[in-house]
Amino acid sequence: MSIFVNKDTRLIVSGITGREGQFHTRQCAAYGTKVVGGVTPGKGGTLMDDIPVFNGVREAKEKTHANCTMIFVPPPFAADAIMEAVDAEIELIVAITEGIPVLDMMRVKHILKGSGSRLIGPNCPGIISPGQAKIGIMPGHIHKPGGPIGVVSRSGTLTYEVVFQLTGQGIGQTTCIGIGGDPVNGTNFIDCLTAFQNDPDTKGIVMVGEIGGNAEEDAAEFIRSNVTKPVIGFIAGVSAPPGRRMGHAGAIISGGSGTASAKIAALKSAGVHVCENLGLMGELCRDVFNGLFDNPV
Amino acid sequence: MKIHEYQAKQLFRRYGIPTPDGDVAFDPAKAREVASGLNRFPVVVKAQIHAGGRGKGGGVKLAGSLGEVTAHAEAIIGMNLVTHQTGAEGKMVRKVLVEAGSEIEKELYLSLVPDRQTACIMIIASRAGGMDIEEVAAKTPDQIIKVQVNPLVGIQPFHCRKLAFGLGLSGSLAKDLSQMVTRLYQLFVENDCSLVEINPLVITKDQRLLALDAKMDFDDNAMFRHKDIAALRDLDEEDPLDVEASKYNLNYIKLDGNVGNMVNGAGLAMAVMDTIKLAGAEPANFLDVGGGATAEMVENGFKIILSDPNVKGILINIFGGILRCDVFASGVVEAARKTAVTVPVIVRMEGTNVEAGRKILAESGLKLFTATDMKSAGDMVAEVIR
Repeated sequence: MSIFVNKDTRLIVSGITGREGQFHTRQCAAYGTKVVGGVTPGKGGTLMDDIPVFNGVREAKEKTHANCTMIFVPPPFAADAIMEAVDAEIELIVAITEGIPVLDMMRVKHILKGSGSRLIGPNCPGIISPGQAKIGIMPGHIHKPGGPIGVVSRSGTLTYEVVFQLTGQGIGQTTCIGIGGDPVNGTNFIDCLTAFQNDPDTKGIVMVGEIGGNAEEDAAEFIRSNVTKPVIGFIAGVSAPPGRRMGHAGAIISGGSGTASAKIAALKSAGVHVCENLGLMGELCRDVFNGLFDNPV
Repeated sequence: MKIHEYQAKQLFRRYGIPTPDGDVAFDPAKAREVASGLNRFPVVVKAQIHAGGRGKGGGVKLAGSLGEVTAHAEAIIGMNLVTHQTGAEGKMVRKVLVEAGSEIEKELYLSLVPDRQTACIMIIASRAGGMDIEEVAAKTPDQIIKVQVNPLVGIQPFHCRKLAFGLGLSGSLAKDLSQMVTRLYQLFVENDCSLVEINPLVITKDQRLLALDAKMDFDDNAMFRHKDIAALRDLDEEDPLDVEASKYNLNYIKLDGNVGNMVNGAGLAMAVMDTIKLAGAEPANFLDVGGGATAEMVENGFKIILSDPNVKGILINIFGGILRCDVFASGVVEAARKTAVTVPVIVRMEGTNVEAGRKILAESGLKLFTATDMKSAGDMVAEVIR
């Protein structure tokens, strides 16, 4: 099994006719994702490849029975695109767009509350359930279908590195989720940890965090009392200086909080196996997760 | 994006938030002119740099006459000001704010920041003004008053009352504070601020509220809709290499170490810096070339890393997703040919089209060390710096 997306997920793409939107729509479809439509205001009635394009999300949902949208809309218009998807009652909204203003995302966050929609991102690589559906910009071929490990991360390429090492050890994944590097985002670590804990096919979890905020500390508290499956953690930014924003809008150590060492300490105290050297991630996963496989590697 | 105190105070005035009278001066003659226009003494001469702690570093002086204003401006403009926020190397002062001195009865603290956890705008106030607020929060948390404002609802009178009563204000001062907080909130949301801080906010002897200091920071991602604010950026306050990198859309931060690095993706870039540190070296920079890097961007990134004289080696780590390894390898080869590379370069590549990329590097005739994985990349760094 998997969490949030599977082989039955029906995807529409907001911003399907843009350069990035087109490219990644094709990549997702080639991976086997059911791409049923797209949205570009003003281009309704046309086709992108064989995929029907609509003017609005609600119309696209009614005509295609989509339950998921992937957002490739440029930053100035991205918050509006997310809100339109919430308004159309789309179950899962995956926002890839990087650079959405924080105030826009703060408003989106309050609109999401009480709605039936889940947002993943923004500023994220998306979500993939290997062998079933890829909704995002990650390279599909580095993933290994069949589980038993769930991966959740604040980063993009760092997640690819972790997944690559897992696959290199012969360890497959149920679902890999990038929750995004922005300070205000939708789905958080705790949402993903809950879903992985409840997914019978996920036997272990890898959690990749970074400096800034206290999402990892909150996750550690949650793991302590709610997660019985083994968890491996990695925190990027041990060497980051305070006060500087390290690429991601959310990656900043401010006023002595958000440091890597505090996060690592919190994870360790919650019983998480912390990987301190990224080069050894695969080996650590093999050692910790080895007992979980039907056919140990 | 940070701005200067004098620029922040200009914005304050536009929103009707009371500040002392004054103006900026780039030379002592102008400082004297501003002071004589104020028509009263004492006058305060304040160094304008993007760092706090200016008073302790000798960057804020009180003047009792026009002669003293000129003398202080002469001393401060051109000085290298060292404060706890500038680092040991300090910052060159290029301008001063000349403003009317105030008769202070009491110092308070007031700030607005986005709170990432609640997705609200948090307003923080304290009776302990003029002090480091993080220290106040750590030592005497009961001295801190916080209110959360839902951005969909906006600021309400009850938020303001909570702040005013929490600060022990009553009567007209409580009303003035409510009005000031409401206007600061407007300033905050209308300009996509990431920080507005007044420390100290003072009550004068004649019972007025006055923003004695003003610190503002803005959301870089929102500058596309605030051309007027973006124009306030002062390149003199930023590291020249950071400025150079921003011209090429590179996400670069200069650090103090000896191993340069170039990575695609911010999280992986941080992890690579950590790998360098684990290998016994220190990262010389943070550099994320992003998912859509072109050969030109890679070349400029290379140039910027090499212009840092502390760099003893370079580690390049690319996980090809959107950015294909062959495209990247061509960029590295091109850059290395055009730039005189005198330090060892370690390249680790993985992902889309990795075989083609490795072939390009192998056939380039360049002296590159190829690492097959993260672990060997770290080992090679350790060897290079030894």
